[in-house]
Amino acid sequence: MADLMLRVENLVRSFGGIKATDNLSLDVARGELHAIIGPNGAGKTTLISQLTGQLMPNSGAIYFAGRDVTWLPSYQRSRLGLARSFQITCLLPDFTAADNVALAAQAHDGHSFRFWGAARKEKHLRDAAQAALTRVGLAKRADVPVSELSHGEQRELELAVALATKPQLLLLDEPMAGLGVTESARMVALLKELRKEVTIVLVEHDMEAVFALADRITVLVYGRVIASGDPDAIRSNEEVKRAYLGEQHAVTRHG
Amino acid sequence: MKSPINVRNVVVALVALGLTLLPVYSALTGNIFILTLFTRIVIFALAAASLNLIMGYGGMMSFGHAAYLGIGGYAVGILAFEGIGSGFIQWPVALAASALYALVIGALSLRTRGVYFIMITLAFAQMAYYVTSGLSRYGGDDGLTIYKRSTFGGLIDLSNRVQFYYLCLFCLFGGIYLIWRIINSRFGMVVQGIRSNEQRMQAIGFHANRYRLVCFVISGTICGLAGALLANNTDFVSPAGMYWTRSGELMVMVVFGGMGSLFGPVIGTIVFLLLEELLSQFTEYWALIMGPLLLLIVLFARGGIMGVLGRFSRG
Repeated sequence: MADLMLRVENLVRSFGGIKATDNLSLDVARGELHAIIGPNGAGKTTLISQLTGQLMPNSGAIYFAGRDVTWLPSYQRSRLGLARSFQITCLLPDFTAADNVALAAQAHDGHSFRFWGAARKEKHLRDAAQAALTRVGLAKRADVPVSELSHGEQRELELAVALATKPQLLLLDEPMAGLGVTESARMVALLKELRKEVTIVLVEHDMEAVFALADRITVLVYGRVIASGDPDAIRSNEEVKRAYLGEQHAVTRHG
Repeated sequence: MKSPINVRNVVVALVALGLTLLPVYSALTGNIFILTLFTRIVIFALAAASLNLIMGYGGMMSFGHAAYLGIGGYAVGILAFEGIGSGFIQWPVALAASALYALVIGALSLRTRGVYFIMITLAFAQMAYYVTSGLSRYGGDDGLTIYKRSTFGGLIDLSNRVQFYYLCLFCLFGGIYLIWRIINSRFGMVVQGIRSNEQRMQAIGFHANRYRLVCFVISGTICGLAGALLANNTDFVSPAGMYWTRSGELMVMVVFGGMGSLFGPVIGTIVFLLLEELLSQFTEYWALIMGPLLLLIVLFARGGIMGVLGRFSRG
């Protein structure tokens, strides 16, 4: 099944008595943009964390490009081409935007047990960083420390960092979280571009964005998949309406 | 580009110049004491600089750094005691022993974080303290006198005060240059990245602990060199030199000068040891003054002395 980028089989993860991931199975085809939606506490971030290896499942299996990665630590999954952005911004605050991205490029450019040459002077790393920053519209902010970037810029930087690792699969955990209307629109436009190059799993609360972007949508409730299909199928799915969309019905109509 | 001439850099340059010219001053005034005092200061500055590499840049709060001073010292002392006086053997052994100790301790303690890391490095250093106390052949807890300083085949005479001082100073400047190269290298960027946000570094593909461990070993090895110098300076090694209070003093030197600033530990060590020297002339309770001073620095000058100077620079 070469066209499967990601396959999740019967994944289980519980915290105490709560099953945050409950026998969850999921397929993501190569090249698609697969959105995962669900109400708060549905276990979306828990799922992403297991996909990237920050959190280990209790049971089940995760295959990435045909390879069993269930028990691989996160840094090895990153090497294989799996990148994530974090829901709560997770950057290196004492470094500049360019440094953040250059380090991501460096991580995928041989080992870093090099003790002598100045890393900031390695042109190809700086070029890679600049390219990724340009991609997300941050080229002019390259030398600004992360702690001085606005929230929206930090969200974009998250994406640039993920891109710099040259991923095959991009896991985006609420990239629109906390963004204003204009910033959200820019992010959607950016994702529309990116999806042409890379497979994307998108966790997002912004329904308008999800229905505009997704090829397929999976709906999680209490750690279980209650529906999976193309946007039209999800829109008309009665169980989804009941469990989740409910009062947001109006949004889904013109999505 | 920022101008390289600011308060901080001028102070650093003056201190470096002062350290370099100190033997001249000592010779002109006949003040031998100041040379002895500053030899000690330079050696401790090297130890503090090595601690700063893991503490300031790597974010690893090691509370057992004095162990390397002891291990480096004992390597010299024991070999001298057994009749091997050549520094060409003693010093590499001192470095290798420190590196090996750091490798083992690091591999075990880097599984933990925060307070647990502090406690476990402290515990290992105390273990080293008790092990050396039990070495009855080498003086036990009375320590071991070194009757002959390391010899380097006529290349340099360690019994000559001035030559020995310059050797120490060479090691200090060499050590700082090495650390400067390291922190700006790929490796150094990774280590500082891990200090800043470990989860992020793992997510972009770095095996954090592997880099941490190598950094820990480099730091320990440099401190082992300081230990070899210190043993030659005092002609004596004893378990007391690796007691936890000594590790604490090294931490204070780093914090005084400014964690994560290249030259900070040197300034911190000078200030700490000079204050200790001056205050202990007035009162044996000098720690009563040193304590509140440290408190003030921690409370009001987070970046230590270098941080304060840096603020001046920005006007």
